[in-house]
Amino acid sequence: AARMFLRLLSDVRWRAANPKWRRMTCSRRRTSTTAEPHPLSLPARAQVVICGGGIMGTSVAYHLSKMGWKDIVLLEQGRLAAGTTRFCAGIVSTARHVSIELKMAEYSNKLYQQLEQETGVQTGYMKTGSVSLAQTQDRLISLKRIASSLNVMGIPCEIITPKQVAQLHPLINIHDLVGAMYVPEDALVSSANVSLALATAASRNGVQIHERTSVSHVSVQKGHVTGVETDRGQIQCQYFVNCAGQWAYELGHSGEEPVNIPLHACEHFYLLTHPLKEPLASNLPTIVDPDGRIYIRNWQGGILSGGFEKNPKPLFTEGRNQLEIQNLQEDWDHFEPLLSALLRRMPDLEALQIMQLVNCPESFTPDMRCIMGESPTVRGYFVLAGMNSAGISYGGGAGKYLAEWMVNGYPSENVWPLDLKRFGTLQSSRTFLRHRVMEVMPLMCDLKVPRWDFQTGRQLRTSPLYDRLDAQGARWMEKHGFERVKYFVPPGKDLLDLDQSKTFYKPDWFDIVGSEVKCCKEAVCVIDMSSFTKFEISSTGDQALESLQYLFSNDLDVPVGHVVHTGMLNEKGGYENDCSIARLSKRSFFMISPTDQQVHCWAWLKNRLPNDSNLTMEDVTWKYTALNLIGPRAVDVLSELSYAPMTPEHFPSLFCKEMSVGYANGIRVMSITHTGEPGFMLYIPIEYALHVYNEVMNMGQKYGIRNAGYYALRSLRIEKFFAFWGQDLDAFTTPMECGREFQVKLEKGMQFVGQEALLEQKQNGVYKRFTMFILEDHDTDMDLWPWWGEPIFRNGRYVGKTTSSAYSYTLERHVCLGFVQHFDEKTGEELVVTTDFINQGEYEIDIAGQRFQAKAKLYPFSSLFTHRRRKDEVELSGYQRE
Amino acid sequence: FYLTPPQVNSILKANEYSFKVPEFDGKNVSSVLGFDSNQLPANAPIEDRRSAATCLQTRGMLLGVFDGHAGCACAQAVSERLFYYIAVSLLPHETLLEIENAVESGRALLPILQWHKHPNDYFSKEASKLYFNSLRTYWQELIDLNSGETTDVKEALINAFKRLDNDISLEAQVGDPNSFLNYLVLRVAFSGATACVAHVDGVDLHIANTGDSRAMLGVQEEDGSWSAVNLSYDHNAQNEREVERVKMEHPKSEEKSLVKQDRLLGLLMPFRAFGDVKFKWSIELQKRVVESGPDQLNDNEYTKFIPPNYHTPPYLTAEPEVIHHKLRPQDKFLVLATDGLWETMHRQDVARIVGEYLTGVHHQQPIAVGGYKVTLGQMHGLLTERRARISSVFEDQNAATHLIRHAVGNNEFGTVDHERLSKMLSLPEELARMYRDDITIIVVQFNSHVIGACQNEE
Repeated sequence: AARMFLRLLSDVRWRAANPKWRRMTCSRRRTSTTAEPHPLSLPARAQVVICGGGIMGTSVAYHLSKMGWKDIVLLEQGRLAAGTTRFCAGIVSTARHVSIELKMAEYSNKLYQQLEQETGVQTGYMKTGSVSLAQTQDRLISLKRIASSLNVMGIPCEIITPKQVAQLHPLINIHDLVGAMYVPEDALVSSANVSLALATAASRNGVQIHERTSVSHVSVQKGHVTGVETDRGQIQCQYFVNCAGQWAYELGHSGEEPVNIPLHACEHFYLLTHPLKEPLASNLPTIVDPDGRIYIRNWQGGILSGGFEKNPKPLFTEGRNQLEIQNLQEDWDHFEPLLSALLRRMPDLEALQIMQLVNCPESFTPDMRCIMGESPTVRGYFVLAGMNSAGISYGGGAGKYLAEWMVNGYPSENVWPLDLKRFGTLQSSRTFLRHRVMEVMPLMCDLKVPRWDFQTGRQLRTSPLYDRLDAQGARWMEKHGFERVKYFVPPGKDLLDLDQSKTFYKPDWFDIVGSEVKCCKEAVCVIDMSSFTKFEISSTGDQALESLQYLFSNDLDVPVGHVVHTGMLNEKGGYENDCSIARLSKRSFFMISPTDQQVHCWAWLKNRLPNDSNLTMEDVTWKYTALNLIGPRAVDVLSELSYAPMTPEHFPSLFCKEMSVGYANGIRVMSITHTGEPGFMLYIPIEYALHVYNEVMNMGQKYGIRNAGYYALRSLRIEKFFAFWGQDLDAFTTPMECGREFQVKLEKGMQFVGQEALLEQKQNGVYKRFTMFILEDHDTDMDLWPWWGEPIFRNGRYVGKTTSSAYSYTLERHVCLGFVQHFDEKTGEELVVTTDFINQGEYEIDIAGQRFQAKAKLYPFSSLFTHRRRKDEVELSGYQRE
Repeated sequence: FYLTPPQVNSILKANEYSFKVPEFDGKNVSSVLGFDSNQLPANAPIEDRRSAATCLQTRGMLLGVFDGHAGCACAQAVSERLFYYIAVSLLPHETLLEIENAVESGRALLPILQWHKHPNDYFSKEASKLYFNSLRTYWQELIDLNSGETTDVKEALINAFKRLDNDISLEAQVGDPNSFLNYLVLRVAFSGATACVAHVDGVDLHIANTGDSRAMLGVQEEDGSWSAVNLSYDHNAQNEREVERVKMEHPKSEEKSLVKQDRLLGLLMPFRAFGDVKFKWSIELQKRVVESGPDQLNDNEYTKFIPPNYHTPPYLTAEPEVIHHKLRPQDKFLVLATDGLWETMHRQDVARIVGEYLTGVHHQQPIAVGGYKVTLGQMHGLLTERRARISSVFEDQNAATHLIRHAVGNNEFGTVDHERLSKMLSLPEELARMYRDDITIIVVQFNSHVIGACQNEE
């Protein structure tokens, strides 16, 4: 049956300048290839070794060689494009929720379109378009949100009626549809041939390709890749790229220095049929029916239809077995719900004859996004894998970004959402992965609603207060494996209802969070923020100060006891991290970063701090429980507990002091709250956590203290125009672009990373500007809520996207934060964004196709919030991390 | 008056419980996959009890059903206590010493059993101290005895049964200063309970039975059909050997009066049981205890009543009959059930119904298209039909519930009749006992892979 499916190519010999393809007429002759001429021997050394000859490996090779790197060897354990790549459905779809994924898919589409012309290899590229169906209003909203994104990126796309759907496809039953999204440029390809075309082009550019060569492990010396061991000998290399697909996890763990690549394979089924009596046209659009969990494309006059079932079957949990992939069984009973959905969507297919049910394993990741980038522990070890069944859509773009990353040090787009370093060893348990992918795979078709939380793999990292908070009605979300409180359900509320309030409109927790916010404003709240990443950096002499002064943009040579908000910038001045650093003593610093910085920040600093045994850095995240006391009465609670005056005269803003709270000593108290509200952060050695919490709650009673969660924090920080890293800030955003020039000390007397870029920006101006928008004609009760990623229009023209949003209980309005750019009306060229440009525009925010008027602001409403406080108490700006 | 299917289900499922032996690293190394259990009351309150636990200091798992009579006190006490007596009997000398030392010095005790309990399966808080002291005396004697030999499971089971019954009897004779406890130990001793207990350790299955509950092994033949193998003998008038035994133990003069109307002394159905001191103690002892006992006991006609022809007590023993069976890969499951089930169903039917239920859930033959010409519509029809078949089985997620549904609802054709089921379950309390007895069932499922592997090793 495989014979019908794709023509297979024999490997023959790959020569740099003259690739010779020989087509096998029949797959049965595959066995005879062993009798063919011996393959070329492996080179002793190369600059880059890529492991994996699927779409990812060939795409990386293609792009690296295009960018001028020639000394590349690609190794494939079996045949090129013979794994998941060969079996996948070949749909190139740009309908993606995450903007970086959308960009990768768009690039792939353009690349594949011209690939046949470039290489002479037939790729089967056919522009068919795709139609995503909505059976419910919620689904239609979700599609409209995607359509908004596609439109502003210049990808043609429209929301159409069921009748228009019927005109696009002759077989489709439209009775249960409420609408659909049509993307006319989406395409079909033969995925194996795309991969072979990329290999051909790479090979012409000098890339050596060796099939039937397995990598057993990667050699590492002093934290750097030095070579690979294969079953055919050793190759020395500087760079290694793991594109091993579903085997990537194991390959990562095969070396002495393990590289965690959290992905897990699941069986994936699709059906192939014989042609219809009147064969289907090859340009008929692909149908995606997410509510039915299926996709349907035309295939050789018949159809190819698969889907993402609710009860996926994970496999290869115990490890790799190359042979098994050939022998996977068809499981019709398992496919039954999808077949029912197919016949419901296209009832006329009843009489169509089955050709085959293909079982093609796909790899999935813990957060449904692919894995890309350099290992945090082994330099020169790059990864591109875990495509969550969208390998063909992402292949071109992902390969390009990774090649840029290797050649230039960083890709041309912000790929943090895909960065391997968003994961740590805590996501590498096989049990965790097995359980999580069983949740992730069905999500491919589930509605993507705001503030969604994974249900599996939870309660891994918890604060010592977890049980206490849980007993008081805490509702939890998870970040980097850490359980964090969203909000507290007051006693007597219906709990079940609240957990099911997943909607695009006003959520059920609205009033609950509102009352927590009110308490933060009027009395005092306590929020457990223990998930923050905490490092201590210290030295015997001045090494710590000198290194940090170089790596951070703000001036850290402050008196002991001061806290500094500062960016950790890259050479282009962009934020690699945004943190608070407290100077504990002359020679030691305490650094607080966002939760998901634990791996990235550690790797960044490790790679840049001098190798000096007198300079030490320690991850103390687990040693401290962090309590945030927010509100005007925080000062009273804390001074009563410590018998120390906490008023601004004695404890000014941005100050840090070790003191006793209750019976516990050695609590690091900092006068910051990450929200712009008055209050304190308490860093408590974990064994005192319960004691201090109890003391705070008991003492706080008379001041009206209550627990609060991150949703309240989020509302507070957004109405105060605080940006947070990972959501608003990324490696492509500089302090100048988000109004944080005051956190940069260009004249601090020594050079620091990113200084030149910032100086240039200071002179020439910025090309985007972080702006706050207040929605004007938005009805909180009736209208769709903004989330993030909504297009911003200025005077009717697209100027950027929002990055986060929240309802401000103080303003009683929605606040969106986002970046505004200035495109030349004629050329589309990016121009400098000035304050006047921001201020002199009429703005609208597009929420799922509906535009709402918005007022733009470059500075927060300080007077509105701080009327009771003196100016010097106000934390001028801060950062927030969620 | 008519119960809807969901109402029927909520009655049938109220007491169901399932336990799966946890997998380690994707594998389960125990010969037991897990068990399903359930109870359906006819008496109010129900007089049956069940227990299940994993031995933590030795290997193996214990499961048992207990059928109480003349109240539930004895069955309750046995369900709480018997497994501890068995576990202690199985413990090696060093572990016993360790436990005794821990108690002596007030340290935390090694956990002996991990219980697998339904929330309705309760333990008496008030008596725990008393029970513990008796148990401690037992292990102290075991320590003093230190035979030095490795413990034989069969012997351990017999010793545990006899010892517990002895302790029940002794506690009632000694009494307790606390009036509540005093009344409790008397109620335990004057009521009775049968016990059917399985101990599974690897391929070694021991069944210890006292009374008329029954253990049955479900065996899958090579052709896929199901057959039943009894692993216990009923101790009642239908068992000739048992009648013989009772007659042997008493003078020839009593031969006629020993078994009347298929009952022991014309009164008791099971020929072996825990408690029931009315059939064990001398008349003098009974009178003394009842008279010195609390008023409730004194006023009770049943306790004061001395069985007729009561000349040479004891007439009753709790000593179990133990059967050892080496598990084979074809032994798929074990059913332990009180006589409430066996009165209504033949063991062959039990084997078939459970067997088909278990395999229906786990192995429906996969379909392959192969070279055949099949249309999407045909395939869809076939799959829908297969799913319907599975879901009818899936109505019960618990093999014991499934069995009860059949036991109560089967019509003359051997299929569940909803109307009949509805009627049987809606009987008023006072009538229910006339149509059916309490039913308690445990279905233990074996892991054929592990059993096969163990066999190969041996």
